[in-house]
Amino acid sequence: MSAARLLPTIGLEVHMHLKTRTKMFCACKVEYDVRPNSNVCPVCLGMPGVLPVMNRKAVELAVRMALALDCTIPDFAKWDRKHYYYPDLPKNYQISEYDQPLGAKGHLDVETSNGPRRIGIIRVHLEEDAGKLMHAEGRGNYSVVDLNRTGTPLLEIVSEPDVHSAEEARVYAETLRQLAVYLGVGDCNMQLGQMRCEPNISLRIAADAQGRPQYTPISEIKNLNSFRSVERAVDFEIARHREEYEADPENYTLEKQGKSTRGWRDDEGTSFLQRSKEEAHDYRYFPEPDLVPFVPNRQWVDDMRKTVPELPEKRRRRFIADYGLPEYDAGVLTAERTVADFYEAVAGLVNDAKAASNWMMQDVMRVMNERKIAITELPLRPPSLAELITLVKHGAINRNTGAEVFNKMLATGKSAGQIVQEEGLVQTSDESEIEAIVDKVLAANARIAEDYRGGKKAAFGRLMGESMKASGGKANPQVVKAILTRKLGG
Amino acid sequence: MALTDLTACEMRQAVLERRLSAREAADACLAAIHRLDTKVKAFLSVAPENARRRAAEIDRRLAAGENVGLLAGIPVAVKDNMCTADGQPTTCASRILGNWRAPYDAHVVQRLTAEGAVIVGKTNLDEFAMGSSTENSAYGATRNPWALDRVPGGSSGGSAAAVAARMVPIALGSDTGGSIRQPAALCGVVGMKPTYGRVSRYGLVAFASSLDQIGPFGRTVADAALLLQATAGHDPRDSTSVPKPVPDYLASLEDPVLPLKIGVPREFFGEGLDPEVGKRVREALAVYERLGARLVEIALPHSTDYAIATYYIVATSEASSNLARYDGVHYGYRSSDHTDMIDMYMRSRAQGFGDEVKRRIMLGTYALSSGYYDAYYKKALAVRRLIRRDFEQAFQEVDCIMGPTSPTPAFCMGERTADPLSMYLSDVYTVSANLAAIAGISIPCGFTAAGLPVGLQIITDVFSEDRLLRIARMYEREADWAQQAPPLAKEAV
Repeated sequence: MSAARLLPTIGLEVHMHLKTRTKMFCACKVEYDVRPNSNVCPVCLGMPGVLPVMNRKAVELAVRMALALDCTIPDFAKWDRKHYYYPDLPKNYQISEYDQPLGAKGHLDVETSNGPRRIGIIRVHLEEDAGKLMHAEGRGNYSVVDLNRTGTPLLEIVSEPDVHSAEEARVYAETLRQLAVYLGVGDCNMQLGQMRCEPNISLRIAADAQGRPQYTPISEIKNLNSFRSVERAVDFEIARHREEYEADPENYTLEKQGKSTRGWRDDEGTSFLQRSKEEAHDYRYFPEPDLVPFVPNRQWVDDMRKTVPELPEKRRRRFIADYGLPEYDAGVLTAERTVADFYEAVAGLVNDAKAASNWMMQDVMRVMNERKIAITELPLRPPSLAELITLVKHGAINRNTGAEVFNKMLATGKSAGQIVQEEGLVQTSDESEIEAIVDKVLAANARIAEDYRGGKKAAFGRLMGESMKASGGKANPQVVKAILTRKLGG
Repeated sequence: MALTDLTACEMRQAVLERRLSAREAADACLAAIHRLDTKVKAFLSVAPENARRRAAEIDRRLAAGENVGLLAGIPVAVKDNMCTADGQPTTCASRILGNWRAPYDAHVVQRLTAEGAVIVGKTNLDEFAMGSSTENSAYGATRNPWALDRVPGGSSGGSAAAVAARMVPIALGSDTGGSIRQPAALCGVVGMKPTYGRVSRYGLVAFASSLDQIGPFGRTVADAALLLQATAGHDPRDSTSVPKPVPDYLASLEDPVLPLKIGVPREFFGEGLDPEVGKRVREALAVYERLGARLVEIALPHSTDYAIATYYIVATSEASSNLARYDGVHYGYRSSDHTDMIDMYMRSRAQGFGDEVKRRIMLGTYALSSGYYDAYYKKALAVRRLIRRDFEQAFQEVDCIMGPTSPTPAFCMGERTADPLSMYLSDVYTVSANLAAIAGISIPCGFTAAGLPVGLQIITDVFSEDRLLRIARMYEREADWAQQAPPLAKEAV
């Protein structure tokens, strides 16, 4: 059998921390980089006699994400206990949702280098995170545990095995992150462990005699915390599965070997076996008796649906269709919700989508990149930028002066009108005044004028620039251009 | 008459009228505990200093004209599976909790404090409330005050015995399958299991979360009503506590419920019922008839044949999960002779838990295991719904259901410890009320020829504690068994 017929078949489990002030089942704060075991209480410490209370905000965020993924929100979802013993899990069970999650059967559209792909979502469910166990390496035979993270609201999103390459796996994870950030569902800072990816990888082998597809064993790679590691780990696993299959096609099948769990060594770029099928846990799931089921009414779900903003991909397509923006610009302007909101506010105020886009792409994005700041940190709001754009549009100042005014606005916090007034930057369109300037420029640059007349068209731009400079940037470029053209015998 | 012969209601009145100080009441109870508890062993810990300090504070506040609450200065005992942050250990009668001291008060403990009660100590129980005799305690068995060679019932045997021996007028217990009602019957006191969700479980160390409910012990129905009044009500920290208003139980207590239709399940008078117990219960039913009630024979087809089996699957499954946290890692007992982490878990649990707890953890773990879940746990939930339906149908026809609380009077120490199944059958009439989440009470209805108390069980529908108490009071007015004290309590004075 040829290797080309082995189709990588990948499903991803993605965990993300929800952006809530407090934990999933108690009032402890969710904070990162604080002193170990400072955000804990009897409830998240799993002390005798405590009871969990559901964080409504976490449920709202989870439902919002599920709705954005086009999931169905069932009329009944319930909590279950998942049991396993580990010191970072004080109750030795995790409260999760097993067979009736709060969202199911959705999808996510992603853009890959091979074009658009739709990845199915099997389920979206809420659970609580565990703490962190740290082993005292080489310093004695003990471990320490930090339970600050214990009980942090965790959203798990499980995809269909619709992903077929390492790149798709990465793009899927990136798109999910973008969506969660866009929706305000989570910050998904991977360095802080706010988002973790666990791809399940298998290769589809050609169908058996009965026409049923056959697969290589499934390997699940645990706790990948960068997009790069997702792509590398999946690539590595695809190659490993291929090699193992080719070495022993009879036995390297899902039927015979089942599913294993593997870790990833990022520095070496290799995966390693953690748990084989035989060692699989029996989690003994059963309904959590300390919590009441989650029974959303339809009106509430509809209200939640209204809180889901237009999603990046849909907005991108609308920017192209309605504002006539180039694909690239539309992509840049919709990558972050705050940028897109800013842009639309400006475009609406100046009633000129193209001009607004031009200023966003050239001036606003430049400053954001230079200063490495978010648009919300920019000391300038849409009405101020709209005022500036309007001054340029109505010819009060020219575009170049506008760019300078923009920088001054950022530096001083003054309005565009105030700066133009104070610095006497108002543009002049007075023909006699401009003609005098052009005459001087032509006299001083006789050789360049000759070049132009001799057919060197690029020399025109040089003369334009000199004339604008001589006017102190105040001359109306259209008038300068007209006069120059006439004088040069055009 | 000794101070300890006063009921809680009488004590409350005397304290409010300044005829008795809270300090005198506390001292009287502490003295009774000192005198009697070496024999009864009802208490796991007694806090005389805390109690006296509390009582003095109540007296000061009373002198200042303040309202000190519903339980003004009344000494109360609390079963030792409820958390108290007062420095007393919360042991659940288990070695595995050792000297664990809770960093917080259970909701009911906060309520007791807010209503002016004086907590004098914490009472013995079967380890983690698993048992029907209070013999499964890592700290020794409690004795029945009516016959010291017999068990007080369980698991709230310590609270029942403390009230029966008049060491305290009222006490709190917890009832998962009969753990308040059965010891109340065996000790000749009133014990009530409220509707599931009536009293917050926050701070009650969980045995079986969907069945556990805290309830009162008293010598009279009014005392039980008083303690329920003080502890019932919604608590946002317990998602299963129900936000329904709490009626004034004492205000309506003397109003008989008439006409009254009493359902008498034929299943509660079948095989295994001690003839003397059956006789006393029928006599009690005759009293109700004389008062104008009508007796109707009803059927609860699922409620005895299947109730015990269902109960022991649901309760042990939940227990296997609830008790997973006792692993020696974060608090409580840790074995000192372990080789690695898994070994530490295994040895801590093997050494920390008693046999009955281990038996139930194993049963529950098995029932929840993959491949067995559907056959056991899921099936048990289905039967539980049928049991609930038995009662729903019955309550369409009758106002309450009556029968014996326990098939036998107090049995001898050690009589059933070797045979877990015979012990489990002690709860045959009580577990179904827990499975159906409804309210039940046991009130004294006489004695056997050997002088052992017999209990009458009355069951009503959810959130009808007010009617349940009124129905119980109708009988109590006619036959005041509470006047009789065990010889031990009398001879000591």
